[in-house]
Amino acid sequence: MHEIDIVTLSRLQFALTALYHFLFVPLTLGLSILLAIMETVYVMTGRTIWRDMVKFWGTLFGINFAMGVATGITMEFQFGTNWAYYSHYVGDVFGVPLAIEGLMAFFLEGTFVGLFFFGWDRLSKRAHMVVTWLVAIGSNLSALWILVANAWMQNPVGTIFNPQTMRMEVSSFFDVLFNPVAQAKFVHTVSAGYVTGAMFMLSIGAYYLLRGKHTEIARRSITVAASFGLASALSVVVLGDESGYTAGQDQKMKIAAIESMWETEPAPASFTLIGIPDAKAQTTHYAVQIPWALGLIATRSINLPVEGIKDLVAKAEGRIRHGLIAYRSLAKMQGKPGVTLPPDAQAAVSDLGYALLLKGIRPDIENATDADIHAAAMSTIPNVGVLFWGFRLMVALGFYFIALFAVAFYLSSWRRLDRKWFLRAAMLSLPLPWVAAELGWIVAEYGRQPWIIDGVLPTSLGVSDVPASNVLLSLAGFVLFYSTLAAVDLYLMIKYVRLGPDGQSTPSVLQVPAGAD
Amino acid sequence: MELIDYTVLRLIWWALLGILLIGFAIMDGFDFGIAMLQPFVARNDVERRVLLNVVGPVWEGNQVWFILGGGAIFAAWPTLYAVSFSGFYLAMFLILLALIVRPVAISFRGKVDNERWRRIWDWAFVVSGFVPSLIFGVAFGNLLLGVPFHFDQTMRLTYEGNLFGLLNPFALLCGLVSLAMITMQGGTFLAVKSEDPIAGRAAKMTSAAAIAYVLLFTIAGIWVAYGISGYVVDAPVTDGPSNPLLKAVTRADGAWLANYSAHPLSALAPVAAYLGALGTLLFARRRAALAAFISSSLTVAGTICTAGFSLFPFLLPSSSSPQSSLTVWDASSSPTTLFIMLVAAVIFVPIILAYTSWVFHVMRGPVTAERVKSASHDLY
Repeated sequence: MHEIDIVTLSRLQFALTALYHFLFVPLTLGLSILLAIMETVYVMTGRTIWRDMVKFWGTLFGINFAMGVATGITMEFQFGTNWAYYSHYVGDVFGVPLAIEGLMAFFLEGTFVGLFFFGWDRLSKRAHMVVTWLVAIGSNLSALWILVANAWMQNPVGTIFNPQTMRMEVSSFFDVLFNPVAQAKFVHTVSAGYVTGAMFMLSIGAYYLLRGKHTEIARRSITVAASFGLASALSVVVLGDESGYTAGQDQKMKIAAIESMWETEPAPASFTLIGIPDAKAQTTHYAVQIPWALGLIATRSINLPVEGIKDLVAKAEGRIRHGLIAYRSLAKMQGKPGVTLPPDAQAAVSDLGYALLLKGIRPDIENATDADIHAAAMSTIPNVGVLFWGFRLMVALGFYFIALFAVAFYLSSWRRLDRKWFLRAAMLSLPLPWVAAELGWIVAEYGRQPWIIDGVLPTSLGVSDVPASNVLLSLAGFVLFYSTLAAVDLYLMIKYVRLGPDGQSTPSVLQVPAGAD
Repeated sequence: MELIDYTVLRLIWWALLGILLIGFAIMDGFDFGIAMLQPFVARNDVERRVLLNVVGPVWEGNQVWFILGGGAIFAAWPTLYAVSFSGFYLAMFLILLALIVRPVAISFRGKVDNERWRRIWDWAFVVSGFVPSLIFGVAFGNLLLGVPFHFDQTMRLTYEGNLFGLLNPFALLCGLVSLAMITMQGGTFLAVKSEDPIAGRAAKMTSAAAIAYVLLFTIAGIWVAYGISGYVVDAPVTDGPSNPLLKAVTRADGAWLANYSAHPLSALAPVAAYLGALGTLLFARRRAALAAFISSSLTVAGTICTAGFSLFPFLLPSSSSPQSSLTVWDASSSPTTLFIMLVAAVIFVPIILAYTSWVFHVMRGPVTAERVKSASHDLY
């Protein structure tokens, strides 16, 4: 029987559980801030309609939040269950932001979210508002720390390989923390979350206006969503550009693949607006290019070239050969305490990860032939088609969001929210931020392949050596379990949207005020 | 960066690991315990809702002890994180499923006014308390026995056991100890936060659980003393690199008791476990709910310390390749990482304890059936 590939199964499970978890995270990020803003308006104006809005959107927030918490647990432990060698190899670095995320963010969010729902009658107006802000801050801080961890996978700074423990260890926590990729990713990701939260309120508000129901709450919700959404959508695109710049510096292969740019472009590089990537022929057909644009985005200059895939593969070959020096030296000293590497091997350790790419081709990599090395270098090319199209669709959606929120902002400012065409468009746009967010994940993480840590550890080496049947079982379990939960979540969301804000006083709604003593 | 000696840092993180586990078992333990007790103490929809509203405002914060435990083990004991979670793969998967269904069960149950819908989520809630309580106990039992795994020279881990290997008689006994202990936690906290008749039933269940705990803990202790051979590190190096393969380990009968004769004060741990259980029994009978809860928490701390002190310096012994065993001296992060994490813990743990206390203070007082009935649309 054909043996099931543990690496593929583990990657599938990670992708499935991460993409699924990421359906709930952006809405939590955005809606928590929006709740805090609306409650601040309530405290400042004293008008109870704003409190009713917080409670109504809070009920929907609660349904989503439970799902986010539930699916997040899997993520914290999956590194250990399915990626044991990765955990050993980089836990010294990667574990730190995860632990700080727990200390600084999860406790804040988890402890105060209970008070958000149960504390209405037990806290003063102001105290409750502070609680809501703390939930929002906790959510957003957790995004910061997980992206510090993720940014290190994309751009592994501030660490060195320790041959005595056979793993990466922190050399400068400052560098890990202030990784430029982390800064760009954080702002880009939370802004995407804000767009999601704003779209959620805009679309459901538009649905109510079309039905002529709950118009007071719907109008105000749209007004808040429009201004917040417009600012956030602008931020996503502008800071997505910042991501492009940092990827241009640190992940040349990813940006070349996104551009389907096979040859190095002389400065200033042009940006391929659209075309048809052909990985076999290593070219892009029917490319429509904008002169200078990529050079400006990726290098912030007009005199630096942007490297193409073919040149990057040639460079990778050199790094594989260099890394083999370190690998051979390490193989000799393993198991002997207190030995240090000779200087030539020490210098080659930074390319050790490239040598490890050969493990995907043959186990005895010290005997690799030129053909093996070329094959390993070719494996550094990610899936160009997926990245090229995924990126373009995401960016197109980003510009669409700016346009939609700009129209919403204009119409709500001039009190013309009765335009049916706009309300229909707003309602139908509801799923789009999720599409964009998932595409963003795919471009960033699928685009990192074949690396689990860019240039340091190939994905195929990161897995646990557990029986493939176990992973198949857990994967099947997650598919079944998550599908059921998705159905329940959608059912409840639709039910509570249909009930609307007035549903607050029907017997089936809950978790609004808890009783005073 | 070497502000604190590597040996000391490792000891501190060993202690913090214990504190995290104790925090988790005390806080999330009462949520699990209340979930398990549901079929025994709640007889109708209103009473079940009282239980949900007792845990409702606090369970999310409590659960973070578990999440933080995972993160802290990842950061401070990465090898332990890698071996335990991949080795106990299917057991961990069961725990994850239980913990995934729990938040959903708590917050979705009341969202639809339908008998069948509610019964389904009620059972999900009960199972979500039972499964983790049992499996964590079973896992601890297997730590004392050692589990079959080894490393190669590149530190690649091979685990040779399977789920059924974990379900051996001693480990199952430890699972029962855990169930009794967590039931005590749930029963005592529920008695604090509810009124009769629920509080009365909870107190009865607590008494039964305390008696069961004393019996089971005693049997487990005797078994450890006479039925299990422990492990000993030969000539330990306490500040060397974290590479388990650089040491030698032998098995020895009675080795798990060696620490108690070498450091007699450590015997306070099992003593605290017993005293706590007896106190729980006494106070539960007298209906002194808060004192019972504190006693039960003492039992939790004493039990986990007993396991930790017996194993020390081992974290996870390997039965098939004793040399591969993980100990405090060879499974930690680098000194730099341990130090950074210590700074983070020193800053944040007091803040967390402060605001958690404040939230419990705000939510003080029992959840009454009248309140749940009259606010049927306000609460879970």
